[in-house]
Parts: sequence; structure tokens; C-alpha cells
Amino acid sequence: MTALLPVLILLTSLIPALVTFFLRQESHLLRNALNLGGAVLKLALIVAMLVAVAGGATYQSAIPLAPGLVLLLRVDAIALLFVSLSATLWLLTTIYAIAYFGDKAELSRFFGFFSLCVAATTGLALSGSLISFFLFFELLTLSTWPLVAHKQDRASLDAARSYLLYALPGSAALLWAIIWLESTTGPVLFTDPPDLSALDPWSLRAIFALFILGTGVKAALVPLHGWLPAAMAAPAPVSALLHAVAVVKAGAFGVVRVVYDVFGAETVVALGVGVPLAALASLTIVWGSVRALQQDEIKKRLAFSTVSQVSYIVLGAALAGPYAMIGGLVHLVHQGLMKITLFFCAGIYDERAGVKRIEGLNGLGARMPWTSACFSLGALGMIGLPPMAGFVSKVYLGLGGLEAGAPWVLAVLAASTLLNAAYFLPLLYRLWFLPAPGDATGDERVPALVAPAVVTAAASLGVGGLAASGVSPLAWATLIVTRGYAP
Amino acid sequence: MTALTASLVLPLLGALAAVALPRRAAVAAALATTALTLAAVLWLLVEIGTGGTVRLVLGGWQPPLGIALAADGLGAAFLALTAAVMAGVALAARHEMAPAAAGPRAAFGFWPLMLLLWGALNAVFVSRDLFNLYVGIELLTLAAVALVAIGGKAEALAAAMRYMVFALAGSLLYLAGVVLAYGAHGTLDMDLLAARTPARPDGLALALMTAGLLAKTALFPFHVWLPPAHAGAPAPASALLSGLVPKASFLIVLRLWFEVMPDRAATGALMVLAALGAAAVIWGSIRALAQARLKLIVAYSTVAQLGYLFLVFPLAGGDGAAQPWAAGAWTGAMFQALSHGLAKAAMFLAAGLFMVAAGSDRLGALRGLARVMPMTAFAFALAAITLMGLPPSGGFTAKYLMMTAAFAAGQWIWALVMALGGLLAAAYLYRPVAALFARVAPTDPRPVARARQAVPLVLAGAAILLGILSAPPFDFLQIGRPEAAEEGL
Repeated sequence: MTALLPVLILLTSLIPALVTFFLRQESHLLRNALNLGGAVLKLALIVAMLVAVAGGATYQSAIPLAPGLVLLLRVDAIALLFVSLSATLWLLTTIYAIAYFGDKAELSRFFGFFSLCVAATTGLALSGSLISFFLFFELLTLSTWPLVAHKQDRASLDAARSYLLYALPGSAALLWAIIWLESTTGPVLFTDPPDLSALDPWSLRAIFALFILGTGVKAALVPLHGWLPAAMAAPAPVSALLHAVAVVKAGAFGVVRVVYDVFGAETVVALGVGVPLAALASLTIVWGSVRALQQDEIKKRLAFSTVSQVSYIVLGAALAGPYAMIGGLVHLVHQGLMKITLFFCAGIYDERAGVKRIEGLNGLGARMPWTSACFSLGALGMIGLPPMAGFVSKVYLGLGGLEAGAPWVLAVLAASTLLNAAYFLPLLYRLWFLPAPGDATGDERVPALVAPAVVTAAASLGVGGLAASGVSPLAWATLIVTRGYAP
Repeated sequence: MTALTASLVLPLLGALAAVALPRRAAVAAALATTALTLAAVLWLLVEIGTGGTVRLVLGGWQPPLGIALAADGLGAAFLALTAAVMAGVALAARHEMAPAAAGPRAAFGFWPLMLLLWGALNAVFVSRDLFNLYVGIELLTLAAVALVAIGGKAEALAAAMRYMVFALAGSLLYLAGVVLAYGAHGTLDMDLLAARTPARPDGLALALMTAGLLAKTALFPFHVWLPPAHAGAPAPASALLSGLVPKASFLIVLRLWFEVMPDRAATGALMVLAALGAAAVIWGSIRALAQARLKLIVAYSTVAQLGYLFLVFPLAGGDGAAQPWAAGAWTGAMFQALSHGLAKAAMFLAAGLFMVAAGSDRLGALRGLARVMPMTAFAFALAAITLMGLPPSGGFTAKYLMMTAAFAAGQWIWALVMALGGLLAAAYLYRPVAALFARVAPTDPRPVARARQAVPLVLAGAAILLGILSAPPFDFLQIGRPEAAEEGL
């Protein structure tokens, strides 16, 4: 049973995905039952495993594909951090998506790829070896394409093409790095750091650069971020998933794996590649915020905000110290909760009030109080207002910067906070303080759309406020770091 | 033993029946033959899986007096590929090669030619005698050329003619090499030749035979005949021509260099083969990018995909054969051949269905077809994933194994070619996929039954499965491989 559990978790998303493809457009009930059922089952499995893993257990399944090519699925603390996030948000996003789409066309295709995308995310979270990680990384690339292209209009198809134009060379770089490394060290398992002594430092640096190139495309590191703002042409549930758990997080998670489990923090420091990566992450944080400031479309502003915020995780990994690592890992969860709230709300504004641009937000707070309250919570969290989730991340990242002897990180964090305030506060001001135009319409009488946003908004408040308790993401990230990465 | 005989004889008997019987009965006989041969091949696979290589000495006369046949893991894997593709093609051809759709002449000619082609392919895959192989590929060429010409259009006839010229020149070169080998050793049995001490004309014999076979395999720069021939034939015929036919001559080259004369393989020659393969990958892909018709894109993609196969020579041949990475490289190349066969057949069959629906295979005419035939569009996309070498697919397993070997061997240039080839494949396959998924409603498409759409989906799905369940085929391919015993695989 213990060897089956990781596979089982994967199948809770994979089987609904495969079955959904063959369902007729009209079989709403079956399709929704299948996807929601899979999501609920998955959450239940994860809760059970959270308890067991906290007690010190790990679960592992190995499926040999070919000699040297083993699919290794492993449930340990760090895998669970990512899987719990993706499973929770999958359930909420599915509820949201069902309400959002109603009975629009091509729903079986949509939900099929949607669940496949979640299965890929689950798989890469559970991957215990580099090559397994790569397999799911690519599955994610491919299953996301039809989601971005879903509307099939000019903008969506362009966005989807741009996504592949970035992602496929990234994959080639990643595969190149993996094979280069593994041709010397043999298959790399995350539990068992490879012996890198056979490679000279410059080869190692080149391999590291290729790894960052490969994962950085998905993590939207500047200058590899161009696809992400374009991808906001996708339907709102897709954007929510893409920005919170699926693609960008896969990239950030990949960076964490590469730094800690492939190279090891000491090697990264010894090679001198940590600081350039931290600098790149900082550049991304600032540049993303500056670009966000210039956007008038809500979703575009949020997209550039993602570019900026995801690099917090990369920054945490690059600083290669325990506090920074905790900050980065916990931000993986925090950013997910806050950003999905914001995208849920942006979708509701668009769908229920026809508001796409920031001018349209004027006075919406009165007519859509729940949505606007959630949006405000998410935005304040992003700015890093205590006791919201974003504040906790920033504290740990700041401490990590000091610990790593890089006090300039504090300046980056401060600048980011100011910029975040500069691009989010005007939206809140418009929502609550400006009068609505006379012809304004809009309501939020669709509980299934609003409820997921309320849950995630409450969660992003809760994980920050209760950060010190034993069951918070912060506690879990601390557990990961003390267990596996303490120097 | 009986299963081996049956898989050789049944298609030929079926071909005779398809010629002799009236139309309805001929189709029924062809379909029955397909089912029976498929069963015989499956039975043979089980026999090999449990008992190892199946050998058959014709008439009980041992070589050099008699002729030997042997189905090892490699040969049987290609028998299985052929059976799978043939089954798919037969199902598709019931509709597409009906007299109303393809004209009476093509409808009559297709079934016997298909079965004749099948018999010839199976003979090539299991023959252990160089002259017997010559007979096999001649039969194969004749059936293949006729399948190109079957549509009867002027351009198809011109393409068939060009194909014929290349193939016959190839046959002559091959035959000249065979004669030299016979003169030097007095036998044409592969196993006996492998055991003989090298003689002076061996190098020339090997070069002549290889050159002849390369022309038939359409390796760059001998590829010019392939795109018009494969794109001009009716879709079910294209699936056979592109998915299967070049694999037969490739397999002979492989056996020559790995089994018959491994010690005569100079490093330089191995490098030349791989360099031609690399050129095929790049040039075929670039030409595919420039095409405006779906079938031409798919045909040029065959030129590129065949190129990967030749990267195996420096990685696993000559001195490399004894290295630890050789098994991976060799098996990777075979995975490439098998998954390309499945995926390419799926693509051509899908292209055929698109042509039925839209009346043309110009990319402009295909726009929006995904909406009316989602299953076929999905099949095409799945096949594209294999050709790009993205996981999870047989094409990925192939590239992973070969790239790992290339790095281990220190020949990373071939890995670079594979990576570049994957990206180029993504580029040239993106255009048809994007056209299919465009939002425009296609103008008045003809409906295609779901059962017909399922055929390419199953074939493309098999190519994907090859990457998910790689271990059993990997082990199966090692059965009877000479080096496998030494490596302890």
C-alpha cells in the first residue's frame, strides 16, 4: 500500500483527465462529478499523508521505463508542500471553472486538459529523480498549450504559440543539462545528491546555467518571461491555475530542486553561481513590478505581478541558506493563495461586470462587496502588510539575505514592497473610494464563483496570522528545512 | 516455427486471393488475411518472448546449402510494427480505397499490393541470407512503386518513375556488393559470413551494398524521390510507404554493419553514415518548414526522422559496440524506428481523413477542422509529440537513450543534432496543428464517422504507449542480439 500511495495520488487527477476527454459535451453531471470527485479524493489522501509524513514516514514508488530511465515517485515533506497546494487549489479552481464556463463549448476538452495539467503538476511535485521531473515538466508544457489556446481566437492562439516558443527551447536546455550531468554521474535521485567531483567547475557552471535556462522559462525569470503576460488571453480559471500552481510554480520548484537536491547549497555557493542567480531573481522582482505599474488591464497587471512575485521563491533558493530557503518555500504556498484569489476576482469582474481595465473598477466595491473584499485581501497580502501571508515570506527572505551576507536583498524587498503598493493600492482606492459611473452594472450572485475566492482570501489571511502555529505552511517549510537542508 | 511460416505465407496467399476474387470477396479476403497474419505475428511474439529467437531452415537444408530464416527480437519487433500499421491501414482503406472514393483501378489494385508489400516486408525482416534479402527488397520496391502510381494522376506517375529509378539503381548496387561477397566467401548466409575471416573485397562489398540500400532508405542526399512519392500516393498507401518501407532497407544496413561485418566497419565510415543522418535531420526539417501542403510536411518529416536512425552507427557500431552505452544507443535507434513507424502511419491516415473532410490538404483548407473532427486532430497532435521527441512517447525514449549514449561516448555533436531536430520538428508540426485548432468554421466539411477517426488515434496512442511502457519492448529487442549476451543484459 505504501508503495502505491504516490501512484494513487497521481491517478486521482490522471484518470479523471483521461476519462473526461471521451465524455460528451452534454454530460455535465458526470464530468463535474468525476473532476470534483478526483479532487476531493486527492485532498483526502493528502491529508492522510500529511499526518504520516509529519511523523517521519516517506512513500516511494519506482516504475522502470527503460534502463536508466526510472519513473520515481516519492512523497516526502517538500513534495507534500507543493502537492497540498496544488490539490487544494485544483478543487477550488474546478468549482470556479464549472460556474465560470456554464455550458460553453468544448468543456470536455477543457476539463480533460485541466486535470491533465494538475496531474502533471502533481507528478513533478512527487518526482524523486531528475528524469521523472523532466517527464512531468514536459507533460505540463503540452497539457497547458490547449488550455491557453482554449478560446481559439487570434490572441489565444498567438499566446499559445508564444508559450511554446519559450517553453520548447527551455525543455531542450533542460534535457541537455540533465543528460550532460547524468552521462557523468549516472541517474540523479533527489534523495541522494550526485557526486559532482568528476566534472570540472566550468562544466558544472554551464550545466547550472542550462538548468536555470530550462526551469527559468517556466518560472518567468527576466528575460524569459515574455510568454506569461501574453498567456493572460486564456480563460480566467486557466490564468488562475497557471499563475498560482501549475506552470510558474513548476519552474520555481525546479529551481529549488536544482539548487538544493541536484547541486546542493554548498556547491552552489562554492561555484559562485548563487549570487548571479539571486541577482537575476532580484532584477526580475523589480522589473516585473515596474512593468506591472504600466499596465491598464487588470489581468496584465496581475501577470507582471506574478513575474515579480514568483522570483521571491527563486531568490530564496539562490541565497542558499536556511532562512532564505524557508522564506522561498513558504512563498510557494503564500503566493499561490494570494495570486489565485486575485485572478478569481479578476475573472468575476470580467464575467459579471464586464470590467477588464482598471478604470472599470471605480466604485465596484459597493456592488460586489465579497469579491472586492477578497481582491483587497489578496492585494494587501501581496504588498506584504502584516499579518498577511506575504509579510511572513518577506520577513524570512530578509533574514535569509542577512544570513547569506547579502544585505542588498533588504533593499530589493523594500523596493518591491513599495512598487507592489504603487500598483495595487490605486486599484483598491478605485474599488472603495471612487464613485461608480452612472451606467455601471454588475453583481456577484453566483456563489460558486465567489466562494472559492472567499476561501483562498481567508486562507491567505489565515496562513499569515497563524504562521506561528504548528499547522501552517511556515511550520511545514521549517520542518522541510530542518529535516533535509539544515547545514 | 509454424507462426513464422504463417506470417510469411499468409500475406502472399491473401494477395493472390485479392487478385483472383471479385471485388467484395477480395476485400473480405484481404481483411481476413490481415486478421490472420496479425494473429500469427502475435503468436510468434509470444514464442520468441518465451523461447528466444525462432529459427527456420527451409527444406531442412542447413546453410550454406539451404536458406535460413530467423526471427530474433529485432526482426519480430518490426514484424509487430508492420502488423499493427497494416491492420490500421486495412481498416482505413475499406473506406478510402472504395471504388467510389478512389476510382475502380486503385480500388482493385490496392489490396493485392498491400498484402504483397506485407509479405515482402516480413521476408526482409527475418531473412538470414543476403540474396534472399535481395529478392525481398525487389518485391518490396515493385509493390511500393505500384502503390505510389496507383492514383493514376500525372504527378503521381512521375513520382513513381523517379522512385523506380532510385530504387533500381539501389538494387543494382546492392546486388553488385552481394556478388563480391559471394565471390570472396562462397556463401551468403549472414551467420556464416560473420564467422569468416575478412577478405579483401569485403570493404567494397559492404560499401556497395550500403550505398544501394541508402538510396532505398532515402537517406540524405538520396531523399529527393521520397517527398513527391509519399505525398502523391493515396493516404493509406502513404502510411505504408512512409511508416514501414524505408525501415526494411534500414534494417538490412543495420544487420550488415552490426551482425555480418562488424569488424570491417571503419570509424570514418560510421561517421559518414551519421553525418548523412544528421544532414537529413536538419535538411528534411527545414524543407518541411517550407511546405504548404500537409502531406508534403509529413513526407519531409520522414526524411528528417529517418536521419536519426543513422546516428546509431558511430554510437553503437565498430569499436563502440563493446562500450557500455552501445545497448542504449542501439535500442534507442530501434525505438525511434518503431515509434516513427506508428506515428507516421497515424499522421498519414489522419491526413487522409482531413482530406476526406476538407477536400484538400493545403494548410489553409484545414483551418478549424479540429472542431468537426476532434479525435483525428488529437491523434495528429499525439503523433506530433512522438516525432518531436517529447515525453511521454516512444520518440522521447528513443532520443533519451541515444542522447545519453552520445554524451557517454563523448560525441555530443549527435546529441546537439537530436536536440535541434526536436525543436525543428516542433516548428514544422506546429503549423498544421495551429491550423487545425484555428477558430474559423471550416466551409462545408464532409462528415467522417467516429469509427474511422479512431484508427489514427489508436496508432498514435500506441506510439505514446511505447514511451510509457518502454521496459518490455526494450527487453524484447535484446533477444538474439549478438552483443546482448556479452553485456549480460
